[in-house]
Amino acid sequence: MDKNSYYTDSATVFLLFCTMIWAIIGMSAGAYLAAELVMPWLNFDIAEITFGRLRPFHTNAVIFGFGGSALIATAFYSVQRTCHVRLFSPNLAWIVAIGWQIGVAVGVASLLMGYTSTKEYAEFEWPVDIAVAIVWVSFGVVFFGTLATRKIRPIYVSNWFYGALIIVITMLHIVNNLAIPYSWMQAYPVYEGAQDAIVQWWYGHNAVGFFLTAGFLGMFYYTLPKQAGRPVWSYRLSVIAFWAFVYTYIWVGPHHLHYTSIPDWLMTVAMVMSVILILPSWATMLNAVMTMSGAWDKLRTDPGMKFVVVSMIFYALSTFEGPMLAIKSVNVISHYTDWTVGHVHSGALGWNAFVTFGTVYFLVPKLLGTSELYSKRLANIHFWLALMGVLIYIVALWASGVAQGIMNLSIDDYGQLNYSFVDIMLVTIPYHWMRLTGGLMFLSGALLMTYNLYRTYAASKCNLPVLVKIPKVHPGNEI
Amino acid sequence: MLKLHRTIESNSALLIFGILIVSSIGGFVQIVPNLFDESLHKGTENVKPYSALQLTGRDIYIREGCVGCHSQQIRPLVAEVMRYGEASVSGEHIYDRPFLWGSKRTGPDLARLGGKYSDKWHKLHLNDPRSVVPQSIMPAYPWLAKNKVSTKDITAKLELLQWYGHPYTDAEIKQAKQAISGKTELDAVIAYLQVLGTFR
Repeated sequence: MDKNSYYTDSATVFLLFCTMIWAIIGMSAGAYLAAELVMPWLNFDIAEITFGRLRPFHTNAVIFGFGGSALIATAFYSVQRTCHVRLFSPNLAWIVAIGWQIGVAVGVASLLMGYTSTKEYAEFEWPVDIAVAIVWVSFGVVFFGTLATRKIRPIYVSNWFYGALIIVITMLHIVNNLAIPYSWMQAYPVYEGAQDAIVQWWYGHNAVGFFLTAGFLGMFYYTLPKQAGRPVWSYRLSVIAFWAFVYTYIWVGPHHLHYTSIPDWLMTVAMVMSVILILPSWATMLNAVMTMSGAWDKLRTDPGMKFVVVSMIFYALSTFEGPMLAIKSVNVISHYTDWTVGHVHSGALGWNAFVTFGTVYFLVPKLLGTSELYSKRLANIHFWLALMGVLIYIVALWASGVAQGIMNLSIDDYGQLNYSFVDIMLVTIPYHWMRLTGGLMFLSGALLMTYNLYRTYAASKCNLPVLVKIPKVHPGNEI
Repeated sequence: MLKLHRTIESNSALLIFGILIVSSIGGFVQIVPNLFDESLHKGTENVKPYSALQLTGRDIYIREGCVGCHSQQIRPLVAEVMRYGEASVSGEHIYDRPFLWGSKRTGPDLARLGGKYSDKWHKLHLNDPRSVVPQSIMPAYPWLAKNKVSTKDITAKLELLQWYGHPYTDAEIKQAKQAISGKTELDAVIAYLQVLGTFR
């Protein structure tokens, strides 16, 4: 047997397994944090599980553990199918898959031990940063190596987005984490004060832009047309949206620093660019909806597709809400409040987790060589649990955030503050209970999914990995 | 245009290069000029580098993730200035590595906390926040009072900061270990909290 005439999916299978494990770990930590906000004694006076340390554990476990594993898994899977070629160096792909797990696991464990650089979503300390960078660049070698050895001439649109993910995240990670160590685990950054803030939010917002948006759009551009059985509606629109997205996104970071001690022009530029960013985002959303036309009936029978289609709705919602929050006169209310947290979760749960769940439901039966999931009914229950969960979550934090923001700025007729900080905090407590409920629903959905996938695997009785032969390239498209 | 794109998307090297150039422009324009903007890097009249004990406290503040719930950045808005004190300026933060402005106020802003409460209040509050603020949802930090500060890295930290240009004298660096030895982590954190906001 000539193995070069088959795809290689073993690293993908392993990474999808890790994706679900990280989903459970990361989301459980999130639910625990939500519980700590309403029951502050829940840290039991243990430093490692106190809010301040557990919070970066949660964010890094879900973004880099859950999201990162899903992105690498689906990139490995789809780049082979869209290039009609076996992965460039399957061994290196395995090193990336395992290296990523070790890097993130060591990283999040060290956060609990108190080793943190404190820069949001870049909390890992320098030794972990270096290890993660090496793994990430190796991911790039496998990905671009596969593109370079492809058998089809055009590079499919999902690969542009995965490519942007790899390149821009490398740049952001290196520049933002520049620091000089003073011990074997810790370092002080080369930037100080306001400069550090500017660099951090250039990174911070584009970690959202390129990790949580570009990467997941790559996943989406592969999965949706496959599920719908229809090509992307407008090629031209995807080209324009892609380049507009890559150019515009990188400007918007300083909207996290409105009214702070950075130069005014930065805030203004970031605000304008944030509003412009609606265009490429909604162009992509429009392209998705139009791709669905003629295939809507499949929503009745394919639970995975429900997740992917609803993810687009949340994508549209978040990419509208984001630019609104970036306008200074809205931001003046929303900044520092729960509204921001709600916004992040409407993107992270409604968009990122939904498109991932949909894609994993789609891929797992294929990778196991079966046609069906163990239970479509369970997948449907998962869908409704997750949808209700995320809606309860974001509605609660909208209400809480708007209340916090307005009460914070409220002054009475005599020029006195209307509310003390404690007054404001007390208002949020019922909403924090609501948010905990929504989060627990979302988490239980993920647990159901893991069980469903496990039973699918157990029922398939397959020998992993299932070999898939590489099809012939359509005449005229050869390289 | 689409013809040009057909060339780009048929050549992976061109695609990589295109993404790299298009995505660097925004960051380049926003970050590089600010490196040379003196007003951003010039200190206020009162700004001082953190003492060995304050710096140790600051690193414990970082370790415990206090920044997750407490901002240190007062916006120039009437209500905010009334609630927390004078608005923050960049010159106060030139010795902040890393910056600790934060992005969420689950608890109040701390930019002007120094001097507002006594050391005794902070001791009670950090040990058991609900003993002084009954409605508080802040976790308790009883281990801070039990742990002695580590003196292991303080010299290396100050030498590095001196190299970055923070005006520490050689004598200060030499005495740093002695200055903090025997102190508890609680002492260090309180020393840091009490200096917050005095640099304006």
